[in-house]
Amino acid sequence: MEKSRREFLRSSGGLLGLLLAAGFLRPEEVAADEWNKAAFETKRLEDLVKVLGGNTAQESAEVAIVAPDIAENGAVVPVGVVSKLDKTSSIAILVEKNPNVLAATFVIPQGTLPEVQTRVKMAQTSNVFALVKADGRFYYAAKEIKITLGGCGG
Amino acid sequence: MGNPMKIRARAEGDVVEVKVLMSHIMETGQRKNQAGEPIPAHFIQTVNATCNGRSVLSAQWGPAVSANPFLSFKFKGGQKGEKVTVTWTDSKGDSRSDETVIN
Repeated sequence: MEKSRREFLRSSGGLLGLLLAAGFLRPEEVAADEWNKAAFETKRLEDLVKVLGGNTAQESAEVAIVAPDIAENGAVVPVGVVSKLDKTSSIAILVEKNPNVLAATFVIPQGTLPEVQTRVKMAQTSNVFALVKADGRFYYAAKEIKITLGGCGG
Repeated sequence: MGNPMKIRARAEGDVVEVKVLMSHIMETGQRKNQAGEPIPAHFIQTVNATCNGRSVLSAQWGPAVSANPFLSFKFKGGQKGEKVTVTWTDSKGDSRSDETVIN
């Protein structure tokens, strides 16, 4: 048992060395974009729009949230966002009643489709917002997701 | 360093669909341990995906992304046999990079 653990550690250390040698872990790549602390500390959709450099966000039927109406487990709620707006450059997922509203932001480079999927934690039944930046303006969609078991140990 | 990611990249027509499952605790910093002390936050903050060195997605995450995060997205311009590389960096400065071949 002990020996296999040691072997595992040795081999994983070797893998790290390989990755470094192959240039996969260049420091400049890791620090490519700095984490937007201010954005992740906002409590409301309107505040987040301002932190991201906009004035207001307009509700849009061209933005769709793909998520269940009821999620049993608030720790793992699948949320997808699809934007049909031209020149969509970024997508954000927000949970209104979480301690901090912003869960994730995605930058969509040219050639990447404006649709992403992930899983988020939800403290309680809440509106989920998809905030989309397209052609320099902000748009959003909202969907209520009911939680039967909270994502914070509840 | 963390455990390896599971990455799948499949080409259908001119669109490549990428699915990633990462292995990370994604601790929020809001929870307390049994002694009532807060458990420090530890979560993935940035994710970058590239195909042949070209950025195909970058993301910033907060602690509200679920543990062992799942991510799926689609991009154009990838060919079968090309490499997709995904890199994450967490709030403790730890990072991990894995790659797969488009099929």
